[in-house]
Amino acid sequence: MDEPGASLPADSSTSGASLTRDDVARLAHLARIDLTDAELDHLAPQLAVILDAVTAVSAVTADDMPVTSHPLPLRNVTRPDVVMPSLAPDEALAGAPATEQQRFSVPRILEEEA
Amino acid sequence: MTDLTHLSAAELDAALSRGEVSSVEVTSAALERIAAVDPAVHAFLHVDAQGACAQAAAADERRAAGESTPLLGVPVAVKDVLTTRGLPTTCGSRILEGWMPPYDATVVARLRAAGMPILGKTNMDEFAMGSSTEHSAYGPTHNPWDLERIPGGSGGGSAAAVAAFEAPLAIGTDTGGSIRQPGAVTGTVGVKPTYGGVSRYGLVALASSLDQAGPVARTVLDAALLHDIIAGHDVRDSTSIDTAWPSMADAARRGSVDGLRIGVVRELTGAGYQPGVQARFEDAVDLLVKAGADIVEVSCPHFDYAFAAYYLILPSEASSNLAKFDAMRYGLRVLPEAVDPTAENVMAATREAGFGDEVKRRIILGTFALSSGYYDAYYGQAQKVRTLICRDFAAAFEQADVLVSPTAPTTAFRIGDKLDDPLAMYLNDVATIPANLAGVPGMSVPSGLADEDGLPTGVQVLAPAMHDDRMYAVAAALESLLLEAAGAPLLDRLPDLQGAR
Repeated sequence: MDEPGASLPADSSTSGASLTRDDVARLAHLARIDLTDAELDHLAPQLAVILDAVTAVSAVTADDMPVTSHPLPLRNVTRPDVVMPSLAPDEALAGAPATEQQRFSVPRILEEEA
Repeated sequence: MTDLTHLSAAELDAALSRGEVSSVEVTSAALERIAAVDPAVHAFLHVDAQGACAQAAAADERRAAGESTPLLGVPVAVKDVLTTRGLPTTCGSRILEGWMPPYDATVVARLRAAGMPILGKTNMDEFAMGSSTEHSAYGPTHNPWDLERIPGGSGGGSAAAVAAFEAPLAIGTDTGGSIRQPGAVTGTVGVKPTYGGVSRYGLVALASSLDQAGPVARTVLDAALLHDIIAGHDVRDSTSIDTAWPSMADAARRGSVDGLRIGVVRELTGAGYQPGVQARFEDAVDLLVKAGADIVEVSCPHFDYAFAAYYLILPSEASSNLAKFDAMRYGLRVLPEAVDPTAENVMAATREAGFGDEVKRRIILGTFALSSGYYDAYYGQAQKVRTLICRDFAAAFEQADVLVSPTAPTTAFRIGDKLDDPLAMYLNDVATIPANLAGVPGMSVPSGLADEDGLPTGVQVLAPAMHDDRMYAVAAALESLLLEAAGAPLLDRLPDLQGAR
């Protein structure tokens, strides 16, 4: 697996970042979306416009401001450790693209030569 | 006999309890209306005639046995982003085409427990990303007021179904306005409850810190009746609030603004708002003054940055939430042709084939905002702006009991007009986004028709978190003031849809 952002431009402090077609191709790869060339031509300029608009957040002076990740105060929620009804195996597997011996059957993880 | 499809949910409930009509009759009338007008409107992705009729018969049996709980036997439509056991749930996406969830969302389970027949699943922008329902992989929904125009989004299907008298009630979900903006542009009522008021269990997540399900209706009281059924604590959603909510229906029946301080948000009016939208908003404010409300102007200076913060926070959360569509356990699986079919390549080929443009745009934007080196400048900064927006609300609610604004800056635009200009599309949500960022409740009430195009406009009412009942009381009062001024409900002016194709 690649590290997120591994080969994006190294601009981290300023807000003037812009997205090139190559950046979008790289991000699509990180997001595991196999974009076509035509889509890159189409989406990259749109994403550059959107990024330019959302960069407005940098105009706000908020250095010492706490972050809000969630609108309400969150606390840990626990429950007694008791067995509850759950899906039967055939129900859990009913939507699977492929199954084998009551398991999800998935493509192999490794490359051919590995 | 009166057309059952044109009765409000409250009227249907009363007729059902008096035994004047059966749920089977009410549900059949809705299904007939769907068959007649939905080929033109396309509010539904799936209609469950058989299931709805069986549920209606069961509701009639419960009534016959002496039960008389609210909305027992009143049918409802459900946005296709909530899981329904045994009914397809697509989220408007090809990646979930044909998926049958093995469980019910808590909202759906509560509708079933209340004995409300489920008519079917309504159309939406793919994974609730959009403001027009044009991003549905199954084709757009058409606004019943003008079939060439959008019904709003993402919950355009639920709003159009209710506006077109295909269902008395529907469930929507609202992440940045997806219940309220469709309400405004279709002349219906749409409510986003306080974050945590309604369980998100089984609501396919777009942005977990913003999503909230809520009622779609033709009247404020109808919305309140539905709100009372779906709201409440759920152990399956750890963000659901554990409290005893007051009855929203009682608040709506009480409906008063006398002596209340109503804040007009300076940043949510004026420039950028269509003249007819602004004019109907000002008319509504005048009516509130005459009814004894005290109008104050409030300023929420950071609302100007809400849009930018939202379009960083939402894509960030969405890119993470949608990582689960990996072609392994459910949904579409596409084998790549040119490359080695490893799990990773299968995932990339599946997501390429299964996601539409808007979903791809937002996943890529979120992946960028969360990437190392950019996280602080984008996602982190957006979260700080979110704090400032929460503080703006807190200050505004010191000065006012509720806040009001136009719900959407324009009336319904033409299908196709903004499809290739995502930024213009996003700007439809400027007035609705702040409530999601702060978690406060908001609703849209129909406020008339814009002079320049004769299309519906909406007024948004916002209340402090946990004070949904206050919002309903104000909205109900405003609704009756507007009804008195106009002489008839707005939807009485809906064009005839029978025969429209």
